[in-house]
Amino acid sequence: MDNIILEMRGITKTFPGVKALDNVNLKVREGEIHALVGENGAGKSTLMKVLSGVYPAGTYDGEIHYDNEVRNFTTISDSEHLGIIIIHQELALVPLLSIAENIFLGNEIATNGVIDWKQTFSRTQELLDKVGLREPPTARITDIGIGKQQLVEIAKALSKKVRLLILDEPTASLNETDSDALLKLLMEFRKQGMTSIIISHKLNEIKKVADKITIIRDGGTVETLDCHNEDISEDRIIKGMVGRDMEDRYPAREPKIGETLLEVKNWNVFHQHHRDRQFLHDINFTVRAGEVVGIAGLMGAGRTETAMSIFGKSWGHKITGDVLMHGKSVDVSTIPRAIDAGLAYVTEDRKHLGLVLNNNIMHNTTLANLNAVASGGVIDGHREAKVATDYRTKLRIRSHSIYQEAVNLSGGNQQKVVLSKWLFTNPEVLILDEPTRGIDVGAKYEIYSIINQLAAEGKGILMISSEMPELLGTCDRVYVMNEGRIVAELSKAEASQESIMRAIMRSGEKH
Amino acid sequence: MAAEKSAQKTTPSLGDYFRSNIREYGLLIALVVIMLFFQFMTGGVLFRPVNITNLILQNSFIVIMALGMLLIIVAGHIDLSVGSIVAFTGGLSAIMLVKWGIHYSIVVPLCLILGGLVGAAQGYWVAYQKIPAFIVTLAGMLVFRGLTYLILQNRPIGPFPKDFQSLSTGFVPDFLYFLNPLPGTITNFFSLVVIVALVALAIYYGLRDRQNNEKHGTENEPFAFFAGQMAIIAGVAIFLGFQLSTYKGFPNVLIVMGLLIALYTFITTRSTIGRRIYAMGGNEKAAKLSGINTERLTFYTFVNMGVLAALAGMIIAARLNSATPKAGVGFELDVIAACFIGGASASGGVGKITGAVIGALIMGVMNNGMSIMGLGIDYQQLVKGLVLLAAVFFDVYNKNKG
Repeated sequence: MDNIILEMRGITKTFPGVKALDNVNLKVREGEIHALVGENGAGKSTLMKVLSGVYPAGTYDGEIHYDNEVRNFTTISDSEHLGIIIIHQELALVPLLSIAENIFLGNEIATNGVIDWKQTFSRTQELLDKVGLREPPTARITDIGIGKQQLVEIAKALSKKVRLLILDEPTASLNETDSDALLKLLMEFRKQGMTSIIISHKLNEIKKVADKITIIRDGGTVETLDCHNEDISEDRIIKGMVGRDMEDRYPAREPKIGETLLEVKNWNVFHQHHRDRQFLHDINFTVRAGEVVGIAGLMGAGRTETAMSIFGKSWGHKITGDVLMHGKSVDVSTIPRAIDAGLAYVTEDRKHLGLVLNNNIMHNTTLANLNAVASGGVIDGHREAKVATDYRTKLRIRSHSIYQEAVNLSGGNQQKVVLSKWLFTNPEVLILDEPTRGIDVGAKYEIYSIINQLAAEGKGILMISSEMPELLGTCDRVYVMNEGRIVAELSKAEASQESIMRAIMRSGEKH
Repeated sequence: MAAEKSAQKTTPSLGDYFRSNIREYGLLIALVVIMLFFQFMTGGVLFRPVNITNLILQNSFIVIMALGMLLIIVAGHIDLSVGSIVAFTGGLSAIMLVKWGIHYSIVVPLCLILGGLVGAAQGYWVAYQKIPAFIVTLAGMLVFRGLTYLILQNRPIGPFPKDFQSLSTGFVPDFLYFLNPLPGTITNFFSLVVIVALVALAIYYGLRDRQNNEKHGTENEPFAFFAGQMAIIAGVAIFLGFQLSTYKGFPNVLIVMGLLIALYTFITTRSTIGRRIYAMGGNEKAAKLSGINTERLTFYTFVNMGVLAALAGMIIAARLNSATPKAGVGFELDVIAACFIGGASASGGVGKITGAVIGALIMGVMNNGMSIMGLGIDYQQLVKGLVLLAAVFFDVYNKNKG
């Protein structure tokens, strides 16, 4: 077990004007799970691209030793031949093809171009058994959940005789159950002698599985921690990542809770696509001024759907129930009306639903309230620039100017632009759907601070999150959802990871 | 991340600025180079006053339709039916003017409205029924071509009344003939005065905008580029204006075209509607979730296209002095090509009015130049196809590099 399978020495990679990697060293032993952590933009993904040959040998400085030989990969297939397989955060599966077709895509079992389906299916079945996925090889990718899709990716890696498996944020979009299953699988593979590198922001998961943790900050290696020699706390890792102690991951707040702002009563919604299936049942909740209210639940519990169905009926069908603001019934039947009623919905999917990526910060900031910087349909460029500049300063959006395109911003800064857009509509209640998904620890803290400030200004915040510590750290009250119902309402004192999970499990038994 | 850091470290040099805006300047330079090339190859015929006039008359309708097409392409759609709408509205106008003897002051607005209705009929399926525009307008292309044959009963109708013809073949009279200092060479002094005044206004407003921007801390393009661009545009404009003034002055369609270009530039750069179209084309779902009525916006871009196609249809009919069922065949391809040469993106959200206009002019100059050189339609098509491919490749190449 003491073989070094991979050693990257002094890797330096420069892009025009910026040093993305600066003398990075990484040493991975055979048969271990090696975690790679660091803030967004620290250089983790770049390092893995160097390793896999996406950036071919010669475009970087330094040496890659794999199996005790210097390797110069020039394409991805070079590294794949030696068993180095990367599974990217955005899965590379073809939605309308079957599991079997995806697994052997580009690598088909065929003679003279004619596919041997019998063997394809039986090989697929073997691979699916190995990863513990109970779906027929003929199932289409689009018909299985994201957690299972992740398993298909892993099965695909196994089909290529993987020796070093690299997973980039494998659990970012998985719920807790699926994440656990995936991590168990990794540990199972470790027993069989496979080596993995896992890139993740979820420190609790890393603690669970990793043998070693290498921390990267600003393109350089900070340190490698050995989890077997000492007990490594999450705070210890964070300290390495941000280069300072983080006293508290959640900024403190004195809640000043006022009158009820938003009240949703008897909210029933049918599924957007399966039109005869009721998806949300009798949802009732309130949000008060100055209050941060959380919605916890597993993926698929109906949290996002609840939010979107309220926000201008942008999800679902046959929607019934009442939405009240300040105790008065309001019309939220279209998005403009919901905005007028004082609602804002900050989406969980900022790239697809939140931002116009090829537009600049300024255009994104004013998009939802363009009339406020225009008169008679004509935009006042200077007024618009001022608004964007103000929000850029206020939310500390790191960019060279308000004219930078959103696509070039880091995840945290993109999220701040989406927040700017909704703050500019001056809402009374903000619905934040996974506001810190995929953004780094430092930026998370800033987002929490913004949330606190908004609450202090008397706005109501409804926060949907899959990270329970985040809900517990920021919310005054937490609703728990499961299978389209609100199954519990917990005060700050009552809420804990256990009480939330208990509520979910118990409701699961009832139905 | 990379862009953030690099930009913080260095203030962009002139070279950097040129590289990052190479598309816009490149297009202008390409137009000038192509013009000079054909001026040389045709032995000076290209810039002769009568040929410049012809160029304008031959291309005005492509430019006018490119304005609407650009909005449609930016919105993320396409319209293949404009050639048929041209024939259809041209035919309608001919029936009303020639057969029924209705005055053109009623026929012209009526045809514009009918064009809008044609656009609405197609926009409805695209916007509200979510049928891909490619399919809807392909159907429209066939339907309206068929309707044109029906209403014209397979025969051309003409000639038109003189006043209607002047819409396309008329010239703006010389209001200032009494001030003309060189009656021997200049035959329409008014047009020269107008062009000089316009150039002066453009420079004045350009400078004032820069000053305003500085005052508000908004980014300006480097002065060298502003000056260079202004010099090229002013030089070309005054030269062309002078050439025209030695012939018959401004054709009426030039005025129509100029006003429309100004209007649509304003809409795309300054109005909320324009901004929303760009946002919708860039990310329709995000635009919708930001409270933009994307269906209505899509619908109106098609209505707008229909109106502009109707205008183009009447200009063509007036120019040919007859409405034929075959009018406008293949125009949709020239119009769409103009937009793509001008830098519009097929996936939506990107494109400029000035780009589409220059794209149309590049196509027009090439058509005209090659005709004068005596190259047949075979070579013309071939060259135009290659230029389109090259222009889009240039875009893609720049994007991948940057």
